[in-house]
Amino acid sequence: MSHHGTTGLGLLMLVSALAVPLVAYLLAVSETNGAWPVRRSACWVGGLVALAAGLGAGPVTGSPGFVAHTGSHLLIGMVAPLLLALGAPVPLALRALPVGRARALVRVLRSRPVRTLGHPATAAVLNVGGLWLLYATPLYGPVHDHPLLHVHVLAAGYLFAAAILGAHPRPAAFGVRAAVLVAALAAHGVLAKYVYAHPPVGVPAADAEVGGVLMYYGGDVVDLVLIVLLCRAWFRTLGRGTAPARPVPAQSPS
Amino acid sequence: MERNVLSGALLGVGVAAFLDEAVFHQLLHWHHFYDKSTSAAGLVSDGVFHAFSWFATVAALFLFADLRRRQSFVARRWWGGLLVGAGAFQLYDGTVQHKLLRLHQIRYHVEVAAYDWVWNVVAVLLLAAGIALLVTARRRAAVRS
Repeated sequence: MSHHGTTGLGLLMLVSALAVPLVAYLLAVSETNGAWPVRRSACWVGGLVALAAGLGAGPVTGSPGFVAHTGSHLLIGMVAPLLLALGAPVPLALRALPVGRARALVRVLRSRPVRTLGHPATAAVLNVGGLWLLYATPLYGPVHDHPLLHVHVLAAGYLFAAAILGAHPRPAAFGVRAAVLVAALAAHGVLAKYVYAHPPVGVPAADAEVGGVLMYYGGDVVDLVLIVLLCRAWFRTLGRGTAPARPVPAQSPS
Repeated sequence: MERNVLSGALLGVGVAAFLDEAVFHQLLHWHHFYDKSTSAAGLVSDGVFHAFSWFATVAALFLFADLRRRQSFVARRWWGGLLVGAGAFQLYDGTVQHKLLRLHQIRYHVEVAAYDWVWNVVAVLLLAAGIALLVTARRRAAVRS
């Protein structure tokens, strides 16, 4: 598939498509009357920028080599999902929606299929398992620049980041999240070395080596952020019961 | 495991893995990212330990902060745990990963046996020093109580 003639058009469509989640989020923030933390909004915007960069680096501007493909997947599947999950769109929606609709959303979130999808283990399998299917089977050839692939990578990446960070109501226990994170990081690292040694169909060996190393260390950096955020959340939860006596700041009656 | 020992041991694994990566892979370029004799089990072992060491480093530091917050930090137990963790990882890396699973060698185009001996003797010394610290820490606690 060649996009060379349609680069400008593709970029235009991309920008308009990403304006939808941006405007929806900002409208929801305005519903909270200034109670929504600015850093969350900044993360959401950052996530959309990373997504635009990832899509722009690969899929939109033509079909580049394997190294650019890996770089764009790092952005679409890891950096953007992490920032988007930190934007906490689900808690924001629960606050911004009218009570009736918020309750309906909670019902959906509590339904079995959504809870199963949102479990760290499911999200990890969809995320890293999908990558194994893509790179370690002949699937890579026909699928690697299909638009739906990027949608899957983004969605699975978001589910995973949200599940590990506990960005949705009723997150899994810390031990479960930690174990799944280590297992997923391991599977990602093993796959990166596998790609290095066994280039996917149609990828020159030299490209697979650079791409594999990029995948290995790029994944490390994003996962390090996830690990720090997870451990920090654990540390804070533990501190609630054990913090040394400190004067409680006077709370204004609400 | 007691939290002082656990925090130290996790950081020991993390520090040993980090030094391995930073010094032998990145600075000296002695270790290879992948070498053609690497077995599948070697790749899995490398992936698991690489991931775990990242997590262990961060978790150990937060555990350390928690110990300080509770004022229950015991330096001797913590350092004992650290040396045991570092020595155990280095010994596993030097025997199982390098030799048994042939993940990669310490250095290429040289007679590697001397490197292997130094590597594993250092590992055993770290392990022994850590165990000694843990034993004396236990004796001290027994004397006090």
